[in-house]
Formats: sequence, structure tokens, C-alpha cells
Amino acid sequence: MAVNKLFPNADKAVSDVFDGATIMIGGFGSYGGLPINLIVALAKQGANDLTVIANMGGVGLELSSRIKPGGYQDHGILFKNGQVKKFIGSVPALGGMPPTSPLEKLYNEGKVEMETVPQGTLAERIRCGAGGLGGFYTRAGVGTVVAKGKETKIINGKEYIFELPLYADFALIKAHKADTLGNLVYRKTARCFNPVMAMAAKTTIVEVDEVVPVGQLDPEAIITPHVYVHRIVEARR
Amino acid sequence: MKSRLDEQTIALRAAREFADGAVVNLGYGMPGLCANFIPEGRTVYFQSENGMLGYGSLAADAEKDYEMINASDQPVTPLPGMSFFDSGIAFDMIRGGHIDVVVLGAYQVSENGDLANWGRPGRGATGMGGGMDLAVGAKRVIVTMLHTTKEGEPRIVKNCTYPLTARQCVNLIITDLAVIEVAERGLILKETAPGWTAPEIQDLTEAKLTPDKDLKEIEL
Repeated sequence: MAVNKLFPNADKAVSDVFDGATIMIGGFGSYGGLPINLIVALAKQGANDLTVIANMGGVGLELSSRIKPGGYQDHGILFKNGQVKKFIGSVPALGGMPPTSPLEKLYNEGKVEMETVPQGTLAERIRCGAGGLGGFYTRAGVGTVVAKGKETKIINGKEYIFELPLYADFALIKAHKADTLGNLVYRKTARCFNPVMAMAAKTTIVEVDEVVPVGQLDPEAIITPHVYVHRIVEARR
Repeated sequence: MKSRLDEQTIALRAAREFADGAVVNLGYGMPGLCANFIPEGRTVYFQSENGMLGYGSLAADAEKDYEMINASDQPVTPLPGMSFFDSGIAFDMIRGGHIDVVVLGAYQVSENGDLANWGRPGRGATGMGGGMDLAVGAKRVIVTMLHTTKEGEPRIVKNCTYPLTARQCVNLIITDLAVIEVAERGLILKETAPGWTAPEIQDLTEAKLTPDKDLKEIEL
């Protein structure tokens, strides 16, 4: 029997996220590429003590209208709800915004742990987790706070620091189209961290604009092969 | 008449550094304005670390697509030959030396070209984004910044006191008062804003500036 990974809605797709889980959230940080329906479902579902790995910390609904007219929900809601124990990402809060994002407020109150990672290092740590590699050396962060406590090595006369892989229990990602098998294609810059995170989680849950029958996506155009995708939710925007 | 350059003019001056055919990444804030000032007759390919190469200008309201944004969350317009890719490939491109020029903002630059551009007192939750990867990976790093803080403190300093982005990475500094090259022998004052003398600019700079033998006023 052919596999069908289609879930009826976002609530069912995230129902088994457990307390203490590590969650990767795709996108770049703002509206384009964020799995907004899955995020809202997770906020409703209520799992606690989460470790969230995402490029940005989210700005929250109040500040989001500064990015997109009318605003939008983002993973700021998970911080606002107090569901997150630790954040790992490259831009927890935007310096150009008031210090009122849910994550920045929690951080200033000492209520959330934070690990700030250079963006390229974040992407590569996730790729290492995805690809079964034990880490890598990079020049990004040499001589900065990022290098603190890390092994360094001179390679071809230049200093590098060693970075470890990242994994997740669940990845919540956004794609443009999925077939029912879970092959994914993306749209423009809404691709960003989504294909990278899709590969690094035990359970990858994707929110798509449209689900199509198997065979309708051009095999040459598929960015994420179905082996990485476990659950699909259609959420038309 | 003594004047300070506004942000648009600083961006215009920075964009003159883009060679024909260059691949250019623009950082958050003021650097983004450079997209509007590509010198006539030159083609520049803008790369954005969220996974896009070869985009056009900032999009007008009517044509904004929030799934086609630059790394500063601004919707941009498409151009023939543009491409999209994931964040992993975007940073392979950056660290791998495929970006000719990056323009970054800064809180401080030191006399040996150290850059501090992501953290500041009282804002412990801001992050470096792609700045550290760009600073070590791009072939040339141009900084656009205001010469002094709002309180009048120098931003071009002997040693950075703000958290570092990368050591010895900056090649050229363009401020509202000056164009300064970071050279082996220190900071070279190449150009001054209209009406400003080298000693006046030195007074607002903590690091030592050596006036270039061809020191001139910024041509606008």
C-alpha cells in the first residue's frame, strides 16, 4: 500500500510533542517560510520545557506588523506562553526593534537559556546532524565570544574553531507543495532553513500551501526527498 | 560649508566600490540602501544569506511578495538569472569565498580592522546573524557607519569594547565624515566630507588616522 503522510490538521500533527522535546522551527525568522499553523498548534497543544532551534527568536504578534502589514503569528508565541526552556539561534532579538519581543523579555528576566550561534554555523551544525557527521571546523567566530571553550585548530595557516552537530526530536517546517509521499518543493526565499532542518529531526512535520498526488512534482525540481518527511498538513494561505 | 553625509549618501559612496560583475552581500540596516545606487553601466549580483542570488531593487508596495525578501526582511524584485537556495548553500557560498564584497554596519571598528557590529550594552539578546560568517568569508569587507555615537563618542577606536564580530576583517570604512582604508600600516584617511579637515576628523576618532598623500573631498 502506498504511504500517505497527510494529517487532517495541524493540531493532530503536533499532538505527540512531549515536554522537554527539542524542536527545530524552519523559516528565516519573519513571515516567509515560517510554519505558522504548526507553531500556533504547538502553542495550543502546550508542551513545556522545549528547546527551540530557529534562526531568529520571533518578534511576537505585536511587533510583527513592523515587518508585514497586518502582522502575523510567529514562534514568539511559544516564548510568551512560557513553553521554552532554551533557545538556540543566530538572532534571538533584532537590535533595530524595541526590546519587547517575547524572547527578549524572558531573557532579560532570566527565564530562558540562550545559545547564540553564527547563522552559517547554525546551518552547518544542523547539516552535520542531518548527515551523520560529528562536527566541523569553521573560521566564523574565531577571536569572539563564540569561540569560548571550543577547540581551535590551525588549518592551512588559519585559525578555525570546532563546532558540534545539532539534532531535533521534531522539525516544524514550511514548504510550498508536497506530494502525499512527502516530496517537497519550496517557493522563493521561503526555502531558507526549511530543507536543512527537514533532514535533522526524528519526526519532520511540514505545512504546505498545497498537497498534490504522487507523480505530479517534477523529480528534477524536488528539493526535499520524501525520506525526510513524516507528516504533512495542508494549510492554504 | 561643513556637512555630514546622510545615510543615503554614505550608501551611494559605498556602492561606488562595487566592480562590474561583482557578487555583493548587503548587511542589515544602512548597507541595504546600496541596492538603490549601483553605478551606471555596471551589473552587480546581490546575494542574500537567506538563499537568493541576483535580486533587483526593493519592491514597491503593490508588488511586495513576503516570500521573496532580502535578509533585512524587505521584499525585493526579481531579475532574469536569479536563483534560490537553502541556508546551508547560502553560507557555503559566503564562507567559501564566493562573495566579492560585503557591506556591513558597525558599532565600532578598531585601528587594525577588528569589527564589532552585533551586540551592545543593555541588549543581551541581540545576535550576530550571518555577520561573523560574512566578515571572515567575503573577499572584501566594507563598513558603513556613523563616525560617532549619538553622544559624540568615537566609533573608530584603538580597541573595540563592544563584542567582536571578527578580528582584522575590515578593508574600508565609510562614515558620514570620511572614507578610511584599513592598511597594513594603520588607518589611512582617503576622503573627507565637504568642509572637514583631517585634524577635525582626527579629533572625532580615537584611533590614529594617517592622511593619504592624495587626500580629497568625497566626490558626490
